[in-house]
Amino acid sequence: MAGTGKAHLRDASDILLRVEDMVVEFPVDRRSVVHAVSGISFDVAKGETLGLVGESGCGKSTTAKAIIQIPRPTSGTVNFQGTDLNTLDDAELRAMRSQIQMIFQDPIASLNPRRTVRRIVSEGLVVSNTTVSKPGWALLGLAVILAVAAGFTSLWVLLAGLLAGLAGGFIILKGVFRPSIGGCSDERVDEIITAVGLDPVEAAKRRPHEYSGGQCQRVSVARTLVLDPEIVICDEPVSALDVSVQAQILNMLEDMKERYGITLVFISHDLSVVRNVSDRLAVMYLGKMCEIGDSDLIYAQPAHPYTQVLLAALPDPTNPHAGAVDALDSELPSPINPPSGCRFRTRCPRAEAICAEQEPQIAQVGTGDQWVACHFPLADGS
Amino acid sequence: MNSPKTTGVLLDVNEYSVGFRTERGLAQVVDKVSFQLERGSTLGIVGESGSGKSVLNRSLMGLISSNRQVEEGSALFDGEELVGRDRQNFWGNRIGMIFQDPMTSLNPVMRIGRQLFEPLRQHLAMNKEQATERAVELLTQVGIPEPKRRLRQYPHELSGGMRQRVMIAIALAGEPELLIADEPTTALDVTVQKYILDLLGELQTDIGMAIILITHDLGVARGRTDDIMEMYGGRVMELSPSEELFSDMSHPYTQALFSAIPRVDQPKHTRLTPISGAPPDPIEPPSGCRFSPRCVYAQDDCTTTLPELRGSDEHQFACFYPVGTDASMQARSTNTTRGHTATGLKIQTAGTS
Repeated sequence: MAGTGKAHLRDASDILLRVEDMVVEFPVDRRSVVHAVSGISFDVAKGETLGLVGESGCGKSTTAKAIIQIPRPTSGTVNFQGTDLNTLDDAELRAMRSQIQMIFQDPIASLNPRRTVRRIVSEGLVVSNTTVSKPGWALLGLAVILAVAAGFTSLWVLLAGLLAGLAGGFIILKGVFRPSIGGCSDERVDEIITAVGLDPVEAAKRRPHEYSGGQCQRVSVARTLVLDPEIVICDEPVSALDVSVQAQILNMLEDMKERYGITLVFISHDLSVVRNVSDRLAVMYLGKMCEIGDSDLIYAQPAHPYTQVLLAALPDPTNPHAGAVDALDSELPSPINPPSGCRFRTRCPRAEAICAEQEPQIAQVGTGDQWVACHFPLADGS
Repeated sequence: MNSPKTTGVLLDVNEYSVGFRTERGLAQVVDKVSFQLERGSTLGIVGESGSGKSVLNRSLMGLISSNRQVEEGSALFDGEELVGRDRQNFWGNRIGMIFQDPMTSLNPVMRIGRQLFEPLRQHLAMNKEQATERAVELLTQVGIPEPKRRLRQYPHELSGGMRQRVMIAIALAGEPELLIADEPTTALDVTVQKYILDLLGELQTDIGMAIILITHDLGVARGRTDDIMEMYGGRVMELSPSEELFSDMSHPYTQALFSAIPRVDQPKHTRLTPISGAPPDPIEPPSGCRFSPRCVYAQDDCTTTLPELRGSDEHQFACFYPVGTDASMQARSTNTTRGHTATGLKIQTAGTS
């Protein structure tokens, strides 16, 4: 599976995010690199939820982080609403980040423990508004220079320095405090906190440790929504939660998606959860894309042997794929030195000689929205 | 090797409670739990975080060394009382235990070999050659390739699944009669999880030990256990033969838990039915049934009287209005009519939930 290729990319006009040939590599030492993500391509249409699944180490979290450019991908393009994020400089990227937000797995660790919940939620607004204070810093710098110069010259220079300092400080402060001074932002924060099912009055007083894991995850969601993002990348958002709370959060995400018209990229190792939330599913293995397409088609009839293995291993009491194939007992190969050809071949029950020589290209299965990178796909019933 | 007995009750727990003295008062984490475990059988203990499932087992094993702990009731292991005595001589050779995170349970600066030799030499008094031979045998048994080389490796050189296999090998080294597996696969990928669970099943058949499998995942417990005990707020909610729990669930909590889980056989975007509210506070638990504040069937007596386990010997449940009975339907319709339960939980009418 280790497939590459872009046959599955769509041409539709409502494509919000299009990732092409994305490669993320991390140097280990002078000679070797970790091939975390090796040329994957996918697209997400507006209002859609793309589920991204795979074992730990398959590069799904790296993919998510590379989309928001932390760190920037080694190569490839991340096209968001017609802009290639890789080409933006830091300031442009910061401005763009309010459009692409992220929710992390550990709800408590990802919130600042020393701030009140309300402050955490409004922080995004503060940050996204402070970029205007650049001239402020410039004036402050000028003030320092003039003040130093004043030591050698006249009183007039000293006065000019003071003036520049005051002006700079004012611009910075205005930038910092604008969101909480402006009444509309306050309302916005309250509205979002209420929308995710929390009490805004309580939120102004309490800190994350006073909230349960489920509530903290609601705070994380509120923090992203307050910026009115186009797309939210959720990295294992419910994996640390109990089932009863997990259902609350999943339902809440669905509500928020409808209410605020957001698009989701939902990363999870839990195929039952992904089944529930996603419109399309992408299966990754060792930095490559195995299978992508409509989740109904893939769950009904997985075409990639790896997808089948994943589905068969699912401990769901209602799993129709249970026992279809044996569990894998071999180890995940090293991403420093991945297998040639198809990366799954070393563990694949269907591997042949060609799998070691040629990397399979992504091709359509049947006529529907199902695409697989495999020399011997399963869909023909064999 | 200790006893050739293969049938009979191995562990008989009776009204066993564990509490912790805190500044706010006594936190009753395990509240009068009773169950019996037959030799060679598997009991699944299922519950959410804070249900007391882990504390129950750690405390039974004598692994909690806090002087704030208050332990009451009785637990007979093969006829010997565990409560109120030092249980160290049961560790390893009679009761083995594996934990959720194999990296923190293994000693990171000790080679796998030495960690495996420890129980072999201590409990079975083997010499070095015998221990090496047995260690290789054990690693082979748990499906670790190149066992000889592994003995010389450190835990960090192994993957998560491999480490958990090493943990199982260490737990099996003392040939215990009971293996307590506390969330053994929660930190692992689904593919590895299946392998480890299958392995535990095979080993149990070969060795004939009893297993207590603690998990938060009903799916993991199903099909791999003889009985399932479901805990909530430190109390047993339902105790039943595994399949019966799914086909004929009696406790509203079981029902609520089951409908909160996303299922692969449902279409996408199926609305889940979450359990509203939060788990109970162990220091000030709700009066009456612990689940009553979150239960859609709750009536007045649920808030005043603590339901005891009832039903048949095989299938017990702690509820006045078990699912599927006339009483529960009556309770449900009463609550629907008045729009809320006896505890004030709002009932959403169908379609708006």
